Amino acid sequence: MSAVTETDGAARAAPSAIAEAGTSVSFEAVTVAYRGTTVLKSFSLEVQPGEIVALIGPSGSGKTTALRAVAGFVRPTGGRVRIGGEDVTDVAPYSRGLGMVVQNYALFPHMRVDANVAFGLRAQGAPRDLTQRRIDECLAIVGMSQYAHRFPRELSGGQQQRVAIARALAIRPRVLLLDEPLSALDAQIRRNMVDEIARLHRELPTLTVLYVTHDQSEALTLAERIAILRDGALSAYGASRTLYRRPPNRFVAEFLGRANIMPVKVESIDERNGLGTVRFRDEVVRAQAGPRVLAGRAALLCVRPHALSVTSDPAANAVAGTVAAALWQGEANSITLDADGVSIRLSMPPYLEAPQLGSRLSVAFAPEDATLLAEETPGDG
Amino acid sequence: MADAAAPVRAAPIRIPAGLWVVPPATVLAIIFFYPLALIARQAAIGNDGIPSFAYAAQVFATAAFHSALVHTVQIAGAATIGCLILGFIFALLLSFVPFAGSQFIARLIETYVALPTFLVALAFTFIYGSAGLLNGGLMAVLGLPRPPVDFLYSPWGVILAEVTVYTPFVMRPLLAAFSLVDRAQIEVASSLGARPAQIVREIILPAALPALLAGGSLCLLLTVNEFGIVLFIGAKGVITLPLMVYDKAIQEFDYTTACVIAIVNVILSLALYSLYRVLVLQFGGRRAGLV
Repeated sequence: MSAVTETDGAARAAPSAIAEAGTSVSFEAVTVAYRGTTVLKSFSLEVQPGEIVALIGPSGSGKTTALRAVAGFVRPTGGRVRIGGEDVTDVAPYSRGLGMVVQNYALFPHMRVDANVAFGLRAQGAPRDLTQRRIDECLAIVGMSQYAHRFPRELSGGQQQRVAIARALAIRPRVLLLDEPLSALDAQIRRNMVDEIARLHRELPTLTVLYVTHDQSEALTLAERIAILRDGALSAYGASRTLYRRPPNRFVAEFLGRANIMPVKVESIDERNGLGTVRFRDEVVRAQAGPRVLAGRAALLCVRPHALSVTSDPAANAVAGTVAAALWQGEANSITLDADGVSIRLSMPPYLEAPQLGSRLSVAFAPEDATLLAEETPGDG
Repeated sequence: MADAAAPVRAAPIRIPAGLWVVPPATVLAIIFFYPLALIARQAAIGNDGIPSFAYAAQVFATAAFHSALVHTVQIAGAATIGCLILGFIFALLLSFVPFAGSQFIARLIETYVALPTFLVALAFTFIYGSAGLLNGGLMAVLGLPRPPVDFLYSPWGVILAEVTVYTPFVMRPLLAAFSLVDRAQIEVASSLGARPAQIVREIILPAALPALLAGGSLCLLLTVNEFGIVLFIGAKGVITLPLMVYDKAIQEFDYTTACVIAIVNVILSLALYSLYRVLVLQFGGRRAGLV
């Protein structure tokens, strides 16, 4: 199962640093328990070859445990893990052929950068010339060629993380596992590194990546699909845009993008276009109805802050509230309205004058930019 | 009020910084350097009161001194190597192989360090001695006329006892060093294809090297100067420098020879300590804050 072979084209250009064919990852009802506490509950997920999938969720949601189950560092108490169709549940971590990058980089402090990158190749018995070619190739991919002879302590956090990525790529991993790789970096470097990882995947399109993060903006920027975990279980899984635009439940709506949630009563649903007409206090508005939303029942109206705009048109699809807070945040004004105890946040362009506190404001939205969610019953994810 | 004179404060007495060293230096001089100087003086002038290297030369020329020197170095070296190997393996198991009770065992080892060394020698006599548990049992079971296990009263008995006593001195700094090894490094190494032996060799050992050197050098110093175990076991023909000092001073009243040998023992200890400093500097002890 070694990822290193003499014939896999080590001398090719950087974009071919990963095996031509991508590798899938499957979780099949994976359950992990520590000392009687179940931290991952019957978790099932399919990751397609060459795909970046982000596992996100709050602390303790089980996302890192899921990643460690793929890496082989935790033994599932139930279910199977497959990589490229092969059952690896009982395979030792060193035989899985995976690259891993962790939050604190975990570079080997007594080795120079080139030795760090070479570590996996040496561990797998790669010939010396192949090892040197891979070092050059992978350091070039992450833009660290000129630092090959430095020790990790002589590098910045961002540079260390690039070396960690190069080290993981050097063995031509079947899957790249990224466990909160940018959490230890400051905001500016983190944004740059997100761009770097996006570029890396454009150059290595067959590389399958599992990316664990608690930062939803990293997930939305990088991942083609997002799995949202909550309390050790999968709460939602789907294309990033779909989950963002049409969250399947309240937890996803609030975790991914901090949507406004308003309790409403569904008056009717138009079967032709799926638009529902709902009543929020004494205001009637329309929104796209999600699954299990029924006329005559209570529901939740979900609207993103940036989908709202101030209006004076009494016929607009709008709700009103009193301005409770107005915060200038540089690139936008963040306004919070109080609508009889329900908070509604919206973003206003910074060049517009912020409304006076206590003033009455109507905010409109396009019906297709809002989603109606069925009210959750206990046990809904 | 404005005219009220401010109370005049006496200027604080300033003690030159250098004076602070006087009390500890005085105590050291009284309890350590003065007795050492007396020993060196006795070694240099003998009972005649005439300074001469002849006393030392006479001692150095004797076969008994050569034998004691060789025994001291051999036993200390072998015991230290044994302590390093055993201590490393035990510390590795306690730190990286999770099992119920590992914390308890680690605490037990800390307690063990505080016990007097002769206890182990005494325990060995009960277990491995001619009439000990092992020999008694074997003789009874196998119907043997003589004790079959006879290593205790040889250099091996002394080495085994010293390894038993001093292994915790290697384990303690190693356990501390291992607790600082980033587990993520081990996991990443494993995911990159490194097997456990390679991880120990290439990741854990370099991280623990300063602690290993510290524990090893401490062990070496203690075993070079070990007296109680050698005396208690009383191995045939095994005379070390500390034991020779005891023989000459207490049994033969030959204080000059005893002082010459004691000075050699001190020089040997200082040389070993210097070697340790060089090694620690060489292998990154400065970064680890050990020197």
